[in-house]
Amino acid sequence: MQIMSQQSDINQSPLVEINHLGFNRGSRVIYEDISLTIPRGKITAIMGPSGIGKTTLLKLIGGQLTPEHGHVLFDGEDIHQLSRNALFETRKRMSMLFQSGALFTDMNVFDNVAFALREHSGLSESIIRKVVLMKLQAVGLRGAASLMPNELSGGMQRRAALARAIALEPELIMYDEPFAGQDPISMGMLVKLIRDLSSSLSLTSLVVSHDVDEVLEIADYVYVIADKKIIARGTPTELKQSNNLQLQQFLEGRPDGSVPFHFPAEDYQQELLRELD
Amino acid sequence: MNLIDSIANIGRSAIHLVMGLGRAGLMLWGAIVHVPNLRKGGPLLIKQLYVLGVRSVVIVVVSGLFIGMVLALQGYIILVDFGTEESLGPMVALSLLRELGPVVTALLFAGRAGSALTAEIGLMKSTEQLSSLEMMAVDPLRQVIAPRFWAGVISLPLLSLMFSVVGILGGHLVGVEWKGIDSGAFWSILQASVEWDKDILNTIIKSMLFGIVVTWVALYRGYEVEPNPEGISRATTSTVVQASLAVLALDFLLTALMFGS
Repeated sequence: MQIMSQQSDINQSPLVEINHLGFNRGSRVIYEDISLTIPRGKITAIMGPSGIGKTTLLKLIGGQLTPEHGHVLFDGEDIHQLSRNALFETRKRMSMLFQSGALFTDMNVFDNVAFALREHSGLSESIIRKVVLMKLQAVGLRGAASLMPNELSGGMQRRAALARAIALEPELIMYDEPFAGQDPISMGMLVKLIRDLSSSLSLTSLVVSHDVDEVLEIADYVYVIADKKIIARGTPTELKQSNNLQLQQFLEGRPDGSVPFHFPAEDYQQELLRELD
Repeated sequence: MNLIDSIANIGRSAIHLVMGLGRAGLMLWGAIVHVPNLRKGGPLLIKQLYVLGVRSVVIVVVSGLFIGMVLALQGYIILVDFGTEESLGPMVALSLLRELGPVVTALLFAGRAGSALTAEIGLMKSTEQLSSLEMMAVDPLRQVIAPRFWAGVISLPLLSLMFSVVGILGGHLVGVEWKGIDSGAFWSILQASVEWDKDILNTIIKSMLFGIVVTWVALYRGYEVEPNPEGISRATTSTVVQASLAVLALDFLLTALMFGS
């Protein structure tokens, strides 16, 4: 009975917890003080305008960047306090789908997907072959196993990278702008894949994107980041009903509003009429 | 205020330089300790030996041949006035083994393989391949940097010896086949003049050190590149300029140590 209760506590505790995180890039403040949690087995989305540091947040969670202050806890462990070996062990439990796909250009699709398995699993080559074919089948690219990355379209590269990301069956998968630059068919495929993989493998997914419709379609919970902090959080339905002006401008894609269209500048008329020195 | 700004700028540059040297030192250490092992590193090393070494053979052999021929022709013109043209063999061989072989090969290697290394690593960084290795819990220093580093250190001495051998053959072509120096005299005086430890061993040591310097500069420039087209172009140019200057400066130091006394 006690064991069941402990198991239930583990299942309910978030997989990733970010507490009072601050991060600067040079003298530029990216995050002032953000806190959020990523629950297990759910799809959590982080949205916000371009250039506000969404990818940076993923790199902070993966331990590739170090915050100025605050903590990132992965399954209760502070990522930035881990030794290099412990960090690498923890990274085997997470995975990231990069915006560019980041496939290794000197390997074909099969070897790209097999790479992490050969490095970490200790499985025989015949079992690795079966696992790779299963992962490629899941993303619809079994027939493209022998192709090189430069022979694939953008959408196919993203799917091949997704097969590689799930090869080691991680607990957490982070998607960095998975829908950016995709045609409607590829986008539809990726939306379906993220949803299906998340539910069939019970993955915890973190999607970083500014594609509002696609994100709201698949996410269980959404955080919206702007001005170095979280400006809104909630389920997709809650966000749609919110009366936060900045949030509504972002969700509806209006060019002017709480976030101005014009970059701050001196008075337009004055600048036009000013004589050159 | 201007004076304070200037002092602050100098301080900032100094800190930047020291931090850069520290990062470069750590990268070199990482490459040295990750000697490619037989199972995983072996295939990576062999591939890089082909890319860096075998693909540089043509430029090294052709350059060696022409430099040996030019050296022999210029040497013959001078030596024939003193009636000592039979010393052409040792003149060509010692010039090539002691100086021109290691130095010119290192300069060619910096231009041919060093620039390609920087561009390759830079592009891997800009396309997030290095980040993706880290996220897959694979150390880029072990997977990417170490095999290239060791391939450079192994390739350059072999290329340098190849350069010298082909250069001597070029000298033979001009001196013996064209200008009519006695072939027996050419080879026997050459053989008597070239010493194993003083000339051949030193050329190998010089080339290995040049290999370390050129490959280190090329890898560091690629690893620290600003991930955009302009950054990669700047880093590639820096590799050729810095590696070439480092080779020439190190050559003077090594020559002074090896032959100065």
